[in-house]
Amino acid sequence: MNIHEYQAKDLLKKYGVAVQEGIVASSTEEAVAAATALQAQTGTQFFVIKAQIHAGGRGKGKIEGTDFRGVMVAKSIDDLKQKAAGIIGGNLITIQTGEKGKMVNKVLIAQDVYYPGPNPTKEFYLSMLLDRATGTNVIIYTTEGGMDIEDVAHNTPEKLFKEHVDPRVGLQGFQARKISFNLGLSGEANKQMVKFVTNLYKAYLANDCAMIEINPLFKTSDDKIIAVDAKLSFDDNGIERHPDLMALRDESEEDPTEVEAKKSNLNYVKLDGNVGCMVNGAGLAMATMDIIKLSGGEPANFLDVGGTANATTVEAGFRIILSDPNVKAILINIFGGIVRCDRVAQGVVDAYKNIGNIHVPIIVRLQGTNASEAKKLIDESGLKVHSAIQLKEAAELVSQVLA
Amino acid sequence: MSVLVNKSSKVLVQGFTGTEGTFHATQMLEYGTDLVGGVTPGKGGQLHLNKPVFNTVADAVKTTGANVSIIFVPPMFAADAIMEAADAGIALVVCITEGIPVQDMVKAKEYLQGKNTRLIGPNCPGVITSDECKVGIMPGFIFKKGRIGIVSKSGTLTYEAADQVVKAGLGISTAIGIGGDPIIGTTTKEAVELFMNDPETDAIIMIGEIGGGMEAEAARWIKENNKKPVVGFIAGQTAPPGRRMGHAGAIVGGAEDTAAAKMQIMRECGITVCESPAVLGETVAQLLSKRA
Repeated sequence: MNIHEYQAKDLLKKYGVAVQEGIVASSTEEAVAAATALQAQTGTQFFVIKAQIHAGGRGKGKIEGTDFRGVMVAKSIDDLKQKAAGIIGGNLITIQTGEKGKMVNKVLIAQDVYYPGPNPTKEFYLSMLLDRATGTNVIIYTTEGGMDIEDVAHNTPEKLFKEHVDPRVGLQGFQARKISFNLGLSGEANKQMVKFVTNLYKAYLANDCAMIEINPLFKTSDDKIIAVDAKLSFDDNGIERHPDLMALRDESEEDPTEVEAKKSNLNYVKLDGNVGCMVNGAGLAMATMDIIKLSGGEPANFLDVGGTANATTVEAGFRIILSDPNVKAILINIFGGIVRCDRVAQGVVDAYKNIGNIHVPIIVRLQGTNASEAKKLIDESGLKVHSAIQLKEAAELVSQVLA
Repeated sequence: MSVLVNKSSKVLVQGFTGTEGTFHATQMLEYGTDLVGGVTPGKGGQLHLNKPVFNTVADAVKTTGANVSIIFVPPMFAADAIMEAADAGIALVVCITEGIPVQDMVKAKEYLQGKNTRLIGPNCPGVITSDECKVGIMPGFIFKKGRIGIVSKSGTLTYEAADQVVKAGLGISTAIGIGGDPIIGTTTKEAVELFMNDPETDAIIMIGEIGGGMEAEAARWIKENNKKPVVGFIAGQTAPPGRRMGHAGAIVGGAEDTAAAKMQIMRECGITVCESPAVLGETVAQLLSKRA
């Protein structure tokens, strides 16, 4: 699960992580009030207006049909009023949102951190995540802040540092110091960075984070170390034990059919293709998507109905897949083990009858326990459903109905 | 011989009296697995499915001599169950539970370092040695005895492969479902290595999916140590980057953990890669007949 920048910053502050201060607003009026309050609180002269969407590339992204960008600096309250009005309620298109863009419901009015001071400012990058290869947490950081980290890894790998954390003892002081020195810091900035990294790691662990990414991680002209942006995602397996974090979910950021599927306990991911599929098991579901592609179609979704495929789950699955107008055919692929195929077949027949007019061809492949009984049941149902037992036959049927 | 489990495995069920534990323990008993008892804290001393229930794994080991454990404990307590089994000296721990928090597994994996315990899973269908011992949730009847080893991250895809192998006139020595989580106890490479050294296995089917570097690691090992034909498949050729495909570990993170990249590495290392999951059985049969 992902959260917004303003939520991430609120959470990090609770752990003593210094952030670029800001106040969230959902209207132009709120934005003006936020700016006034922020000025009183921090003394900032300028304001940064930051669109709150779950996607990166905001600074270069544009509000559809305008020249407003997802991150803009306002030099006065009047300027802020005009820009906030242009951003809030607009559709922001960035390199990560795709053509469809994302509706901006909220903006963060943030302090300007590039204020003048005795020392030069610096931008770094730092993230914390699991290293799957070692099974331990790793801190990845570089002096090349504000850049795409994949580009840094590819073009200048020598500038990318990694610090693994030993699960037995956790992050040690020498490691935080090493990070700070590798970033070229000294004096007060060094002290601030050690504190920043130590507290950030505490926040990472305490909240079952899948990843924290701070880009840019910023040194101000008066040697403060702060998070200017903060991207947080949580481990979906761990979030159950954090009811406070679950409250931060913003369903408007998610695909509505995916939200609907979750309510029916279905594991669904929307894709752009023309053949829907419904499968038991995640691996077989991915393999079924691949079969669709090899048969000349494109998968319209990933859908794992889990170990207990019955009439209720099949009907819910049907309704979700059929809500996608691009779907030209549906492939149901169930390997019955503990679940008997004839019961799944009965579920398919019942669901089909309940929904009524299904206008796309359906291919049902049932293999495993009682597969031939299941095929008979489908074939004798009088419904326009193609049945198969072998995966190969199912693939051929997909090609046929698409032709 | 065979791999990991056989007729002499004495199996313990952790989370024995729960719904899942009860259901699958019954199935394992029907298959012929030597299930010697179970653990449910607080229910020690009772009988369940005519087998003794213990409060701790250590008690169970002392009384029954169990050397294998299968875990059906809910996700928030499952890492603890893994560590308890290892502490009690269980040689093989199979964790079925799906949904264990990653940070719990970071600790559990570290705890297992230096101990004589092998972990299979979590988030896996388990291990089956055909006609001898089933320590898992797979439908046993699919696995006809034979000489093909299967290692897979996915449950139903393992059944699919086994079924195709049998339809092709062959059979399965052992099938290992290693699990679909980002942190698992036994890697693809380790499972393949077990089969390479097993005199009862002639060929290996290796099924992976998007995410992580385990298949590439296994492929490079196979290149150096190849003694038997290996057929490979990677699920998720059509999965978009950055999206989690059901399994917690099934997510494309970069250019190197896509299905296409993994298949390429596997091919370069001499593995016969299937583009379609529908031809796993016939491909392994063809490879073996060419050799004969």
